[in-house]
Amino acid sequence: MIEIQGLTKRYGNKHAIKDVSFTIKKGEILGFLGRNGAGKTTTMNIVTGYISASEGRVLLDGHDILEEPRVVKRRIGYLPEQPPLYMDMTVDEYLRFACAIKDVRPGAAKAHIDDVCELVKIQDVRKRLIKNLSKGYKQRVGLAQALIGNPEMIILDEPTVGLDPRQILEIRSLIKRLGQDHTVVLSSHILTEVADVCERVVIINNGKIVAQDTLGRLTSGVGDTFRITIRVAGQENEIKRALRALEGARYVESLGAKEEGAHDFVVETDRSADIRKPLFNALARAGLPILMLRPADITLEDIFLKLTSDNEEA
Amino acid sequence: MAAVWKRELASYFLTPIGYVFAGFFLLVSGILFTFNNLMSGSGDVAMMLNSFSMIPIFLAPILTMRLFSEERKNKSEQMLLTSPLSLTSIVAGKFLSALTVWLATLAGTLLYVLIIGSYGRLFWGEIISSYVGFFLMGGCFIAIGTLISASTENQVSAAVISIGINFFIWVIDSVIYVVPAEFISTALKWFSLYERYDPFSRSQLGFSGILYFLSFIVVFLFLTIRVIDKRRWSEG
Repeated sequence: MIEIQGLTKRYGNKHAIKDVSFTIKKGEILGFLGRNGAGKTTTMNIVTGYISASEGRVLLDGHDILEEPRVVKRRIGYLPEQPPLYMDMTVDEYLRFACAIKDVRPGAAKAHIDDVCELVKIQDVRKRLIKNLSKGYKQRVGLAQALIGNPEMIILDEPTVGLDPRQILEIRSLIKRLGQDHTVVLSSHILTEVADVCERVVIINNGKIVAQDTLGRLTSGVGDTFRITIRVAGQENEIKRALRALEGARYVESLGAKEEGAHDFVVETDRSADIRKPLFNALARAGLPILMLRPADITLEDIFLKLTSDNEEA
Repeated sequence: MAAVWKRELASYFLTPIGYVFAGFFLLVSGILFTFNNLMSGSGDVAMMLNSFSMIPIFLAPILTMRLFSEERKNKSEQMLLTSPLSLTSIVAGKFLSALTVWLATLAGTLLYVLIIGSYGRLFWGEIISSYVGFFLMGGCFIAIGTLISASTENQVSAAVISIGINFFIWVIDSVIYVVPAEFISTALKWFSLYERYDPFSRSQLGFSGILYFLSFIVVFLFLTIRVIDKRRWSEG
């Protein structure tokens, strides 16, 4: 549906993004993953026509956004990182304004706003001034704005940043629902978020695309290690000695005292060996009670590590 | 364009800016009217407007300072610039909203004309011509402010720079006749808004004067569009 070809954006001598190419297929939820400052926002700003690329082009079903901005922009809804809200308007006024600038027929506007408000669950704040809303509601009003005009494609830049955990879950489930009848691009620096919502992932690092694939394939065999985070009550040295003595523990790192009288550690082992039972027994014998034990999550850093080491091998 | 115009117009009166502009204009013009017309018994409407001519220099920037700078700062411009609206209609909508507030405020001064009318004779030709000229001259100051607002992210600097430029234009007027070189004074005369306004206040409602003011506005709005468009391409 969207073809992004060789996008480059220069700022002085520095490249914000360099030769970025990927496609977004109709109907998919695509995750756009990268660390802060990797070039996600720049790419999205170019795809939505907010800024122009130094080189390269963006085609939506063959229409170039620079040559036919009106055609392309009508089909894309964009929620930038900071929702583009007018604080002095009420939600209703704001969405009516959005309808007017997005070519929604005046007769159809009211019903359309009703639908969108119901979808993003902001019916109860429609008469309130936007500046008085909580951050979660502001985000949803921003999302409502992106949905106005029924664009086929919705681009969301870090939509969950700064929200509390419950709001994050709500927004994620909303995005999943949107994905049923829209093409969605979701940018994020949080791996679990993308893993939860997206089918396919494009990873950008230092302005360049480093991978694009399904998340399953990207994370399979991330490192060949298995990591456990553990919290043990007792003296740091004692615990460390007990852990180091454990067979199969390749690497032990102290994370410091996070609870009084207890210390956190990361223990890395070969993926093939499950050391949880021997670990329990060893610490029990040493009289060091385990307060918490959980497998550490795969992080974006791990994937980068894998990707870069793959590249070195190749 | 209508949507942008409507939103901006509403915003002028949801925030204090519209009231501050209209209030100050009517306050200062009221004081001048009281001294120059009421107390000295003058029924000259053209002279009255002449005495107001300094006010837009300082007040038009209040009207225009936030037009683009605030949106750029809040990032709400991202919604406008990624919508199907053309840049031209965004700029035109915003300019026209400021112009509408200006028109409404100016309409308030018709009260003075009514007061004069109740005590003396009104020369309608002169009044219409002066008002058209005065309105268009204010439009030029608004167009300058629009351009400056699009060039900065800070409302206060937008206002200060606009006042500076407006003031410079006003100074040109007094410099014209003391510049020794003829071609410089001719050139300056060409740029002086007050020089162009002068015939209007002498009931000469001329096509060339109107055309000059309208072109002045169009040029500045065109530059505004270029400034915004250029920023999208910027690599700085």
